[in-house]
Amino acid sequence: MAKKSFRETLREWDEGNFDFTMKTAGIPLPENEDGKEKEGSEWSRTPHLRTAGSEIKAFSKLYPVFAGLLLFAVITFLLLVIVEMPPFNSPDTPANRSEVTWRYIRSGLSETGAVNIVAGVILDYRAFDTLGESHVLFAATVAVMILMLAKREEEEPEEELSILRNDLILQNTAKVLVPFLLMFGAYIILNGHLGPGGGFSGGAVLGGALILYSSAFHPGKLQKILNMKSYRIIVLLALSFYSGMKCYSFFSGANGLETIFGTGTPGAILSAGLILPLNIAVGLVVACTMYGFYAIFTRGRI
Amino acid sequence: MLETLWNNRIEVIAVVLFAVGLTTLFLHKNLLKKIIGLNIMDTSGYLFLTSLGYIEGRLSPIVSDGNTDPSRYVNPLPAGLVLTGIVVSVSVTAVMLALTLRLYRRYHTLNLDEIYRIVHREQEEEP
Repeated sequence: MAKKSFRETLREWDEGNFDFTMKTAGIPLPENEDGKEKEGSEWSRTPHLRTAGSEIKAFSKLYPVFAGLLLFAVITFLLLVIVEMPPFNSPDTPANRSEVTWRYIRSGLSETGAVNIVAGVILDYRAFDTLGESHVLFAATVAVMILMLAKREEEEPEEELSILRNDLILQNTAKVLVPFLLMFGAYIILNGHLGPGGGFSGGAVLGGALILYSSAFHPGKLQKILNMKSYRIIVLLALSFYSGMKCYSFFSGANGLETIFGTGTPGAILSAGLILPLNIAVGLVVACTMYGFYAIFTRGRI
Repeated sequence: MLETLWNNRIEVIAVVLFAVGLTTLFLHKNLLKKIIGLNIMDTSGYLFLTSLGYIEGRLSPIVSDGNTDPSRYVNPLPAGLVLTGIVVSVSVTAVMLALTLRLYRRYHTLNLDEIYRIVHREQEEEP
């Protein structure tokens, strides 16, 4: 292979034919250049295929022009909309004068018991929305698994990862950081109703800690605790707990029955009714999903 | 008009980000860059939503001292909506990346035109 100039390499990378990671991993590039050239020349020699190719070529020449025109139209339209919009920062815009949002603030503390109004909104008033979000995460993991787990017997991308392993700096950093990251994630989840935070952000921190640990050490270490089986159990339990608790709270709250979850003293850790358990369920789902994405994309399995 | 645009500059920045994302989505042939463009478009949506709820000089909606006067706090609703958006965008990105990886393993290129060409050739050769 002839040495290419930096500009040509960049151009190839931009068009998607070149992969930096292959070079750094020491894996030879897929050597289909001979076959490709031959096929390409044969392809251009056959007349009926060449016409199809020229259509594609003409399309690809006109495409940027139309895309540019469409972009121009979209930007102009959106800027015209912004000129008509109510001024920024003002409390008198329709969105900020809405009765609903001020009711959340006025009676959110007494009705949900959550000091953090946003947590009260997303896990009490609009908890159905958050239930859907957790299921979107679950469905995304299932879709990624369907796409990536299908053909794992054929090729094992183990070699690419072995560069990262046995890295002394990474391992020592992970040793120091992972306990604190896990603690910080748990803190964010458990204080979701008292301050900024909640299940989603805390779960993302927990997932980051798991990813750091798994990439620094051999993944088998983490797989003893978090493998396919325990992943299934955790996500299933968290999602069904969420669904069941919300069914119960809709039923009891809407009919004025007594609930076993009171709002408690605002500001105490065991307050705000269902928000704390729901935050924990959401945090577990998010952490498992983050780590699951990483594991499936790198190793092809959890 | 220019003054209105200056007063609403956060929304203007959101529109510019949206345009950058849309351009990346339309004009790049690389599938990974299309995904990056879609993520930039998502970000512009979050910026737009949060800017709608912001009111200068007010506190974040955390009632730590028990004062529930609505004129002290910013609008809490856009924060909740943005949270939904972020989660959905993460999920969509993961599914798109998985599909792209499958395409790469099948055709050994990320260039969309190249993939079209290979698919076209295979369809011609098959019957």
